[in-house]
Amino acid sequence: MSVDTSKVATTNATTPATGAKKPGRGGVVANWADERLGLGGLMKKNLRKVFPDHWSFMLGEVALWSFVVLLLSGVFLTLWFNPSMGEIEYQGSYDQLRDIPMSEAMASTLHISFDVRGGLLMRQIHHWAAMLFIAAMFVHLMRVFFTGAHRKPRELNWVIGSLLLLLGSLEGFTGYSLPDDLLSGTGVRAADGFMKSMPVVGTYMSFFLFGGEFPGESIIPRLYIVHVLLIPGLLLALIAAHMLLLVYHKHTQWPGPGRTEQNVVGFPMLPVYMAKAGGFFFIVFGVTALMGALLSINPVWKYGPYDPSKVTAGSQPDWYMGWPDGALRIMPGWESSFWGTTWSWNVFFPIIVLPGLMFTILLLLPFIESWITGDKREHHLLQRPRNAPTRTAVMVALMTFIGALWAAGGNDILAIKLHLSINQITYFMRAFVFVGPVLAFIITRRWCISLQRKDNQDLLHGFETGVILRSPEGGYTERHAPLPSSRQYTLTARDRGTVDAEAPGPDPSGLAPKQGRLSGLRRRLNTMWYADDVAKPTREELEEAHHHAEHEHELQAPLDGHAADGHQFDGHHAVEGEELRPRH
Amino acid sequence: MRFLNRSAGRLSRHRRGPLAGLVVLLLGLLMTGGLYAALSPAQAEEAQTDAELVAKGKELFLVGCSFCHGRNAEGVLTQNGNQLGPSLVGVGAAAVDFQVETGRMPMVRPGTQNPPKPEAYDDEETAALAAYVASLGPGPAIPAESDYSIDGLSGEEREAAITRGGQIFLTNCTACHNFAGAGGALPRGRWAPSLQGVSEKHIYEALLTGPSQMPVFSNGNLSPEEKRDVIAYLKSLEEQPSYGGFTLGQLGPVSEGAAAWLLGMGTMVGFAVWIAAHTTRTSKKKVDA
Repeated sequence: MSVDTSKVATTNATTPATGAKKPGRGGVVANWADERLGLGGLMKKNLRKVFPDHWSFMLGEVALWSFVVLLLSGVFLTLWFNPSMGEIEYQGSYDQLRDIPMSEAMASTLHISFDVRGGLLMRQIHHWAAMLFIAAMFVHLMRVFFTGAHRKPRELNWVIGSLLLLLGSLEGFTGYSLPDDLLSGTGVRAADGFMKSMPVVGTYMSFFLFGGEFPGESIIPRLYIVHVLLIPGLLLALIAAHMLLLVYHKHTQWPGPGRTEQNVVGFPMLPVYMAKAGGFFFIVFGVTALMGALLSINPVWKYGPYDPSKVTAGSQPDWYMGWPDGALRIMPGWESSFWGTTWSWNVFFPIIVLPGLMFTILLLLPFIESWITGDKREHHLLQRPRNAPTRTAVMVALMTFIGALWAAGGNDILAIKLHLSINQITYFMRAFVFVGPVLAFIITRRWCISLQRKDNQDLLHGFETGVILRSPEGGYTERHAPLPSSRQYTLTARDRGTVDAEAPGPDPSGLAPKQGRLSGLRRRLNTMWYADDVAKPTREELEEAHHHAEHEHELQAPLDGHAADGHQFDGHHAVEGEELRPRH
Repeated sequence: MRFLNRSAGRLSRHRRGPLAGLVVLLLGLLMTGGLYAALSPAQAEEAQTDAELVAKGKELFLVGCSFCHGRNAEGVLTQNGNQLGPSLVGVGAAAVDFQVETGRMPMVRPGTQNPPKPEAYDDEETAALAAYVASLGPGPAIPAESDYSIDGLSGEEREAAITRGGQIFLTNCTACHNFAGAGGALPRGRWAPSLQGVSEKHIYEALLTGPSQMPVFSNGNLSPEEKRDVIAYLKSLEEQPSYGGFTLGQLGPVSEGAAAWLLGMGTMVGFAVWIAAHTTRTSKKKVDA
């Protein structure tokens, strides 16, 4: 039994009741695809997905788009790069290296730079994009942590992001090692030393990686396949997971009127974010292309081919590997000898142990925080950095630590450019890597707490208008005006005090009684975490403050509209109704 | 003119002109006199000038240098046995020429390292000082232009010299002076200076005499041709275009990292702020809604 619906009106009388309009050509194609792929439902849901708007939410996007630039420019480079350590004599366009024996990897890099149209530009775009890829990941990581976007339910996405950072750094290292020039060869030589510093297994690992004694014939082809297949594959998979989780969790947003933990206020994917994100891709591509065109990076022709007997001043890794290098540079030369073997703590600690430790801390940060605070609730509203003083201070301390080591990694350049002694820089940094983070922690924490006080003051007493009033007695006061209510709402949209699920009763998981000591540590840390935090004002305090402000305004009202300089009493004006002091 | 050589004239009338004898005689006299005038008196006068130069150099030395180097350039020790100024006997004219022409000497004050500055003596005074120090004992002389110039070589030889010089430079010099000769750090506040823009002669003299922290690259170590090739390579780097764009000081990855963060990330964040500030609701004319 079929009902003929073609005559049924599709509108309610405002337009003539005609049959459905024939779909356009695009509609036909979309329909064809939808009937076979069933994407319609998915698209319908996700094309209108809402994302909130804030500049700091676009930092991760810089990393994403630089990665796309890396894929595109990298594919171009693979067309000519020859990852072989076979020795040939260079016969290309660059005069100063002609007839010099070098590996085919180096010769093909020179070929790309001087004999392939646009090759040097592509090499430089690829290298600059790599530097920006990791820099953007760093900045994105800091934004996420400072705003509390790593809290439940996003802890696993934080872990994925940390893995991306680690893999991105390794990808960078394998990439800049490929040309087999003097600088990259020095880097590979250093990596060989790092591996060999590992007790017992080090030499075996080095021989395994290099296929024999350094440098061998295998390292460049091996690094190449890691660089173009293994790590990019992992990066792609993890980026996909990162983005899928982002869509699944929905994006976090800043608190404000109408914004809750249950909704997302912003603009839809199509058309707004398609346009914005698409445009941003071209901006990122444009900036990297400009840098590639204008700024020289890794001029391999000046370094010349790698030769273990040569080294150049200013041999540094790319910036993201700079901080372990700095740790290595400032480490005292500690070594021990056991059973006729040398244990190089001076290399093992700064290069193997420290980065591993720091990466573990990075991975665990969200879990450590939720363990200390006891906060296991879902969070979709962001926190301003000042409203979590201890967390903000922890990140700033970590940044100071990494930053100090990073600076130590450039100690020779600092020495010649600032006319300092490289030894003095080293001695200073040895102390500063320990003292600096502590100072940074204390300063940042107190700074945040002061800013919290400032917020409370604005809420209770209004903001400073810059209007100066003189009282009849001659005293001066500045008029304060109450904040707009939307601003007041935003400032007060935060938790009050601790949110410790465990504090009052027994631990619901039943672990606390068994792990008494750990639980005690947790409680102590929890107290320290929230110590001196300034709570937002209570409803009573706010009402009292508003009442007080209204009273003040009443007192000031009679003066409004009158010159406050007393000139009305100069004898030239009528002063009926003018009073020196309002009566009340 | 027959009277001069009558019989001879008759015998060889068709071979020699009648005045030939006289001309030969005059030419001989002229050449003898001219050569004597050109060589002997000139040598005598030059020797005179040399002595004068040395004397003038000594005078300048006593005024400007002897306080630290001693009145006879024998060197001066401080009370606790440190060198105030080393002995200059045997350092040679090349050392004086390098130190004075690059302004390193006279020194402003004792310190970790003596930086170059505008030179204090003119060319003639420098030559006098060099002559005086050279007269104290045998040492390397100021190199002639033919020592460090590759102008005399054919095009192919020149290219080979530059390539060879590059390899010698990368093996012997880059460890301190950096791959592009931009300079590098040495322990305790000392540094290897930049080689960019340093004249060929001064590089050659530095190689010969090893000023400050620099080792001496004697002719047994680096032959004169090899020194010349290194200089040719450095000059070829200065002459070649900057293939990759602005060089960022040619300091290696540190300046590249700084550019990536300050220029690259700075621009990216700037654009992010710009894009976020322009939402669909934002237009130049703000509509009150």
